[in-house]
Amino acid sequence: MYYKETVRQMHSIGVGSLMIIFVVSFFIGAVTAVQFIYQLDGTFIPRYYIGYIVRDMSIIELAATFSSIILAGKVGSNIASEIGGMRQKEHIDAMEIMGVNTASYLVLPKIIAALIVIPLLISVAAIISIGGGYIATLYSGSFSSEEFIQGLRSFFEPYNVMMMYIKAVVFAYILTSIACYQGYFVKGGSIELGQASTRAVVYGIIVILIADYIIAVLLTG
Amino acid sequence: MIRAEGIYKSFSDLEVLKGIDFTFEAGKTNLIIGKSGAGKTVLLKILVGLLEATEGHVWYDDRDLCKMSKNALLDLRMEVGMLFQGNALFDSMTVEENIMFPMDMFTNRTYKEKLDQVNFCLERVSMEGINNKYPSEISGGMQKRVGIARAIVLNPRYLFADEPNSGLDPKTAIKIDELLLDITKDKNITTIINTHDMNSVMEIGENICLLHEGRLAWQGHKDEVLESTNETLHDFIFASPFLQRLKDRALSNTPNS
Repeated sequence: MYYKETVRQMHSIGVGSLMIIFVVSFFIGAVTAVQFIYQLDGTFIPRYYIGYIVRDMSIIELAATFSSIILAGKVGSNIASEIGGMRQKEHIDAMEIMGVNTASYLVLPKIIAALIVIPLLISVAAIISIGGGYIATLYSGSFSSEEFIQGLRSFFEPYNVMMMYIKAVVFAYILTSIACYQGYFVKGGSIELGQASTRAVVYGIIVILIADYIIAVLLTG
Repeated sequence: MIRAEGIYKSFSDLEVLKGIDFTFEAGKTNLIIGKSGAGKTVLLKILVGLLEATEGHVWYDDRDLCKMSKNALLDLRMEVGMLFQGNALFDSMTVEENIMFPMDMFTNRTYKEKLDQVNFCLERVSMEGINNKYPSEISGGMQKRVGIARAIVLNPRYLFADEPNSGLDPKTAIKIDELLLDITKDKNITTIINTHDMNSVMEIGENICLLHEGRLAWQGHKDEVLESTNETLHDFIFASPFLQRLKDRALSNTPNS
């Protein structure tokens, strides 16, 4: 049952979030490229740095943090509403009477699913973001494909990818556990359920940003 | 048999139950009745272990619910079935999956064995052939029956029902009552029903516990209701002018009147 529920959650979090991650990442990469093209104008910075900057910005910061903030909104509110709705409709009481450990059955599959799927989504986000940067660079007309690809291949640090995955795992845990907590302990009616859902998103985003800062200090210090 | 012994329950300063002593007998439909706010749901939740009593004990035969170890409590859970007021059927699961859920969690039966038991329970509640429907695709009365099927799937010794007739038309409500009575007699289980329904009281009330302001106000059999001089019971049962008129007519037609 736990396995089945985990797979259901993986599908819900992963496949359900793919489109929004795709769209957001594409434009984040594209905007990063456009902004850097603007910054490069009239400077002596090598032109191929465009690919290098888009790649590292995407991997180190944008893919993990932006995607997690988007997922805190989409997945976090969804989880809080789902568990909170179950609490209000006595589903959780029904499970407890059957002897099911509800905290474990309802929360654990979601956290495990998020820990598996969100790093994968963030990998996709990084690739799409770099792709968005590439297309925006070519579309600007002032850079060539070779310049972007040369930058993409320069100064690559595998450590940055590891940093991205550390962030992905930490953020996945934060956003699901906060959402599960808010949903599990909801009391009252639909207004309280809405408030719990909102709290799941707001607290999730705030804690993700604080964790982002702490990880950045710890891993780059 | 389930016995409530000196049950007190408070929420902050509000004392909801003020010393309930009552024995819910095996093989009988035990009814907890009373006005809204009398403490019925709180008592039911304490009996089933969803709430902890501030003071007192709940005995399942010779086992004290309040002093059970985690493992003993888990064993007891296998012997308990409950029908909720809102049915509490899981929306994301089909009828078959809902009924199978307790077996999936706690038994090592093969799919075929579980399916046979699901079909047996569905047949028991006259709901054959709806295995693949979702709760949202069936009526309220059908959902109640599926809820009963799920409650009895592990052959419980203790069955709880919270307002089983709420939101049902009178005919369906009678069928649900009959079903609960049949299951109780068939399996000789201890059934505790929390209800407002006067028809249930008069038809299946074999052991009635009337709560009033957190205290036990009256106890007895359905046949004793009409003759009782207990004012609280009288006020509760004959709160409706229609029932009061019926009672007056019935009494005026008795040979001694």
